[in-house]
Amino acid sequence: MSEHDVVLTLTDVVKTFPGVRALDGVQLEVRAGEVHCLLGQNGAGKSTLIKVLAGVHRPDEGEIVWLGQPAAFPNPQAAMKAGIATIYQELDLVDGLSVADNIFLGHEPRSVGFVKRGQVRRQAREILAKLGHAEIPVRREVGKLPAAAKQVVSMGRALSREARLLIMDEPSAVLAHDEVANLFRVIRGLTAQGIAVIYISHRLDEIRDIGDRVTVLKDGRTTAANLDAKTTPTQELVSRMTGRNIEYVFPPRSEAPASPEGAPLLAVDGLTRDGEFADVSLNVHSGEIVGITGLVGSGRSELLETIFGARRPHAGQITVDGRSLRAGSVPAAVKAGLGMAPEERKSQALVLGEPVYRNVTLANFAHYARAGFTDAAKERRAADDVAERLDLRPRDVRRVVRTLSGGNQQKVVVGRWLLGGTKLLLLDEPTRGVDVGARAELYQVIRRLADSGVGVLMVSSEVPEVLGLADRVVVMREGRVVREAPAGSLDEETVLDLVMAGSLLEGAQP
Amino acid sequence: MTDIVKSPAETAPEPAGAPTLDRRTGWWADDASEPVRRNLGLVVVLVAIWVVGAITVPRIFLHAGQLWDNELIVLQQSAAIGVIAIGMTFVIIGGGIDLSVGALVALTSVWCTTQATQAYGPAGMVFAALVVGTIAGLVNGFLIAYGRVVAFIATLAMLVAARGLAQLISGKRTQRVNIENVAITNIAENRILGIPILVWMLLVVGAIGWVVLNRTTFGRRTFATGGNPEAARLAGINLRLHTMLLYGLSGLCCGIAAIMVVAQATAGAPDHGDLYELDAIAACIIGGTALAGGRGSIVGAILGVFVFKGITNLFIVNNLEQEYQLIVKGAIIVGAVLLQQFRVGSLRQFRKQPT
Repeated sequence: MSEHDVVLTLTDVVKTFPGVRALDGVQLEVRAGEVHCLLGQNGAGKSTLIKVLAGVHRPDEGEIVWLGQPAAFPNPQAAMKAGIATIYQELDLVDGLSVADNIFLGHEPRSVGFVKRGQVRRQAREILAKLGHAEIPVRREVGKLPAAAKQVVSMGRALSREARLLIMDEPSAVLAHDEVANLFRVIRGLTAQGIAVIYISHRLDEIRDIGDRVTVLKDGRTTAANLDAKTTPTQELVSRMTGRNIEYVFPPRSEAPASPEGAPLLAVDGLTRDGEFADVSLNVHSGEIVGITGLVGSGRSELLETIFGARRPHAGQITVDGRSLRAGSVPAAVKAGLGMAPEERKSQALVLGEPVYRNVTLANFAHYARAGFTDAAKERRAADDVAERLDLRPRDVRRVVRTLSGGNQQKVVVGRWLLGGTKLLLLDEPTRGVDVGARAELYQVIRRLADSGVGVLMVSSEVPEVLGLADRVVVMREGRVVREAPAGSLDEETVLDLVMAGSLLEGAQP
Repeated sequence: MTDIVKSPAETAPEPAGAPTLDRRTGWWADDASEPVRRNLGLVVVLVAIWVVGAITVPRIFLHAGQLWDNELIVLQQSAAIGVIAIGMTFVIIGGGIDLSVGALVALTSVWCTTQATQAYGPAGMVFAALVVGTIAGLVNGFLIAYGRVVAFIATLAMLVAARGLAQLISGKRTQRVNIENVAITNIAENRILGIPILVWMLLVVGAIGWVVLNRTTFGRRTFATGGNPEAARLAGINLRLHTMLLYGLSGLCCGIAAIMVVAQATAGAPDHGDLYELDAIAACIIGGTALAGGRGSIVGAILGVFVFKGITNLFIVNNLEQEYQLIVKGAIIVGAVLLQQFRVGSLRQFRKQPT
């Protein structure tokens, strides 16, 4: 097979989920021995595309041709068997097993049910040597390895299955600079053997470095296919990713912009958590929406959780209403008037099996209680008020939260803090998992809150959302604030540039 | 603008796996009534036990006086386990488990019947039992909440250690209740309004437990802690303190149960309360308390104990061997959990799924 044989072709692939058309006509062509980069903003459909290829999702329409044959992968095992291996961001290794066991997990060489342990170790060693990492001890527990080594083990697993196509989802997100160089060496070794790689990254410089060709996705569609990764101007790549078609309806900003002269509601000064974010300073005024944007791993969510006291800072000051806030204590933050809607609504914010009103009053049911006895009727009335204000649907506070749509669940979380007279709301990815129509509604809710005097500090990876909703925008990259400006003075491309600018170019370039 | 905004939200599909609630209406169909419906199921099981009794042993079950006496025996035998199951219900709803309850009953029964304690009279004995039980429970809770020991392991260690301590204190002997402390043993013998005091104790503890669980902030925190600990923490609830208190509460219930056991046996002994933990946990599960936490009912736990003891009684009055009884109990535990998992609503969904 020559180097330019096409191994994989996707034509007009469509995948819809309830309320979202995640893939809306994707074209993709991957050749043997190339590194094919996928580029696109959050929500552009990259993850869905990977999952279609890995056999997790089945496409609704369109054609997949794999090695010259029309193919359908009903499940991940089928995709693996066909020679497509996927390395997800959260590596799916078993921490308690050895390196060798992980590499051969699920297809151990065996005889009459007994694993041939010697052979497993020998072959694992061979595979690691092939990857240029013979130094990784095959008997070591995977959980004790650094992230970079884990990634190599993951790739080793793909090799052990004789994969012809390796899909890597943001492999560099968890790696330090020198480890990225190492990763690239390994990838080059693989492509030299004729293995195709689909490489996903937000960092343009990496794409220039390792990529051969680029396909750009936007809103589930291929907007540009097979661009040259080395020579295509950055401007062109970025413009292909931006200018989203989905109509976001943002509420108008209030006439008089929140006065930055007045004393800030929240003042964060030099906040640092080692390895997560460093020296972050920012202000939020009452009635103002401040949006933080940045890539996953830029320290945004960690920053929010630290302000809320769920993590303890290593340095820095948090001041609320002129008073210093005790660090690392959620009850103290709640008492000072802070409220938070965390990123993982279901696992971090809601008691799914309980009715709406109990979730709304979760943070302050004690206020409705008398001498320790709760007053359900009073709680329901209060929750009803909140439901009215937030336009909760259905307007039934006895309904179990599990049965609500994503947008309405988010309203329940926001409503919780409204009830307690919260002065500052911290919103982490408020529209994640919320379908497009309900988003506009949530935006209006957030804006109305701000207009009523609440300060909002919001994190979002969707640049248009931050630009459209926030009064001021803070851009974070690798744990640091790289830009802070009024939303009106920024445009999508500028922010994307800031967000994605590769650290390798600025930092440890040899 | 509003049209574009509102229509998709209204047609937003329910997330997969959501129960189909729309067709049912009224309180009876409400989620709030779900525990009540399940408890009624347990009542049906109790009635079934009586029916079997009426068929197999008509001389007891078809004579009002005989039946009344027999059922009072069942209730009396349920009392101590019932009190323990109430504490256990709190712990399990809060997302934990307490394996040490049987051993704590033994330890407390021994502690409150030493000559030194008995010198303080019946009130001193009761006081000692409640305090020792609570402190032992708080030790469990401290290890689990602040020492981050897994509940299973911490209470397993307490199970072993508490029984050892009970043997040490008693010198492996049974400690009789002195004649001057006859007030204690009277608990097992006397009746109020024709109902044994032991049964009254269970009813009172059950009523208090129900109110605390369903009508107080403590109860609300318990549900939140077990239902979603992270959400509870981020809502400003002091998870660790609450977890510790839950085990303290379970220990307190063990102390109360120990007094009842001492009264019945007219003695404290290091082998009291053997395997009570299993009976209590089984009763909670039959009563619809989810081992994963966040869901459960006091009434269910008490009915669960009644079902267990009712079956034991049925076997005894039929002169059947104990081994059959154990097999039937095992089947009931599994049956109750299976019933919880495949309720009618979920059956409907189950059929829809292509497998």
